[in-house]
Amino acid sequence: MYSLAIIAEAVVNGLMTGAAYALVALGLTLVYGVLHIVNFAHGALLTCAMFAVLGMEQLLGIGPYAAILPLALLFYGLGYGLQRFVIGPSSHGEDRNTLLVTLGLSIILENALLAAFRSDTRSLGGEMGFDVVELGPMLLSRPRLVGCAVALLVAALLWLLLARTDTGRAIRAVAKERFGAQLSGIDPRHIFAVTFGIGCACLAVAACLLLPTFYVNPRVGNAFVLVAFTIVVLGGMGSVTGALLGGLIVGVVESLGGLLLGESLGQLGIFLIFILVLLFRPTGLFGARA
Amino acid sequence: MSTSRLTITRRTALRAGALLPTLAMPGLLRAQPAAVKIGILQPLTGALAQDGDLGRLGATLAAEAINGAGGIQALGGAKVELVVADARSNPEAAVQEVEKLQAEGVVAIVGGFASPICLAASQAAARYDLPYIVDVGVSDQITARGLRNTFRFAPGFGMVTGTALENLVRLNDDAGKPCKTVVLVHEDGLFGSGLARLLQAELPKRGFEVLETIAHPTPARDMSNVALRIRSLRPDLVIPSSYYGEFVLLARTMRQQRIRPKGIYAVLNGAASNYRFVKEFPDAAEAVMDCNHWHDPRSEEAKALKAKVDADGRLWAYNVPLNYSCVKLVADAVGRAGAADRNKVIEALATSDFSGHILPYGPTKFVNGQNQGAAPVNTQVQGGDIKVIFPDAFADAKPVFPVQG
Repeated sequence: MYSLAIIAEAVVNGLMTGAAYALVALGLTLVYGVLHIVNFAHGALLTCAMFAVLGMEQLLGIGPYAAILPLALLFYGLGYGLQRFVIGPSSHGEDRNTLLVTLGLSIILENALLAAFRSDTRSLGGEMGFDVVELGPMLLSRPRLVGCAVALLVAALLWLLLARTDTGRAIRAVAKERFGAQLSGIDPRHIFAVTFGIGCACLAVAACLLLPTFYVNPRVGNAFVLVAFTIVVLGGMGSVTGALLGGLIVGVVESLGGLLLGESLGQLGIFLIFILVLLFRPTGLFGARA
Repeated sequence: MSTSRLTITRRTALRAGALLPTLAMPGLLRAQPAAVKIGILQPLTGALAQDGDLGRLGATLAAEAINGAGGIQALGGAKVELVVADARSNPEAAVQEVEKLQAEGVVAIVGGFASPICLAASQAAARYDLPYIVDVGVSDQITARGLRNTFRFAPGFGMVTGTALENLVRLNDDAGKPCKTVVLVHEDGLFGSGLARLLQAELPKRGFEVLETIAHPTPARDMSNVALRIRSLRPDLVIPSSYYGEFVLLARTMRQQRIRPKGIYAVLNGAASNYRFVKEFPDAAEAVMDCNHWHDPRSEEAKALKAKVDADGRLWAYNVPLNYSCVKLVADAVGRAGAADRNKVIEALATSDFSGHILPYGPTKFVNGQNQGAAPVNTQVQGGDIKVIFPDAFADAKPVFPVQG
């Protein structure tokens, strides 16, 4: 059996990993909640964002934290354009078309990255990834602590945006009743694109926070997206609070499962949660009734 | 649509006709023998794309070298032409590509990289008596099926692990036996689990105590827990068998958690002898040892090739010299056979004593398709470079062991 100190450290590690998961899941849940589509391109877009962070550092000398704001804006624009001019028009209002378009988009993006950057696994070099904060007997990774804090901040901002601003109200209106929103003078196409843009901006922030301790190759996004889907289901589709709490729960379950059952079996916990939630609370922890 | 611009006047036709003989002239002056087609089968897309790309690089460089030196002499200077096929990182796709290469009329296929791809592709090639040269695939099953078309120039799993254990014991004995306890970390696929099982059985016989065996999935998003367990167990030695991304994460996390075992001794590791890892994280990589494929550091041809690859800004990994040597092996066999005839090439390979490679091997001799001269080496990261520490005949550095924590 492990000592209490080690278990405590595993829990903290899980929380920090979970915060990163939550950030990836936030974008996914928002897009699902409003557009009612499962965005298969989410992983490929995360990979794009991670390469963008790497490019900022290596070509322009802008570190990952300084890159958060410009990249979030850039990816907001990218996401807006993608939805407004590619995904929206090509889906002709049918959900199953959207599904295929995003799937196709993910294949194009992944292979474009493969062609452009080859399949090497790259990381941000330097000492930054090795910084630790000593907390009693625990050695906590500084970049992951920063990541955790920023993820919480982003979730709070997103919640404020949805709850308190006109744009947020419009997003919620379109999500609930598209036709009614249209009658009140809201342009759903614009709101869809804004939502998709916000989802992509979340990915850009996640990429900036992940890269100091993680690596990037053209397929890396897939590692996070499956978990993100689980989190979205656990938290409730479209719920910001749900995605945040879901992410943290999955992070801790994975971490403790890994410690007690071994890293391979520990992954079981995630899927066990997935099945249990689907069985007993299909709307998720914070999901509205369908 | 107008077609007038496409109309060819009589005059133009005449002019074109007058030019034709000049185009065909070199062919008339010196009868150019038909190019010898060699199939290069690599996982260029999918999970193994990094390795596939490196393999293709090695093969391309070999073709350039052979053609630059005047082609295959025994065939009147016939040029080598590579036909590249993408195995898409799965055996089914590899089999389809073998069919394509067969239709293209290649004289042999080189590559595969992963054992499952090599197993399936060589079997498919066997139906056409098409020689198949495995570049990396270490599974011992590959050469145990009695396929007469399948050859492996590099060492297999049994050879590598045997040497790895032997050299580990020697390393430890020479240093006064500082290491007694070991933690094994391995990826949970066929390769990592098989290796871990073998080491678990063999290490205790050689005086090591295995404290724990930790499996992890690929891709792993986080290695903190593995590092935590290693920290609580305090082993003298850590033996990791993982692919690139996971090993880099582990090495970084171990360093961050200030875990300093007396040695990290990898076997067939995806990163421990990888220059990108060494360049990006010199501190985490320093003193890491690996028992793996590598080029002969004393060969002038290998040094020149590495310098060329470095100058092009490309990554140098073992896939490059292995594929380089395998393509040269095929070209040599075609020369020995005296014709681009598959059956004759198979016979030439089976009796080949080819020595034009750049690998740290003994004399080439194929028994049941396995090159008996093949051998792995032990490498160690020293001062930001990858050095060979064993065997003595090829070493270009002394081992640093135990590592001062």
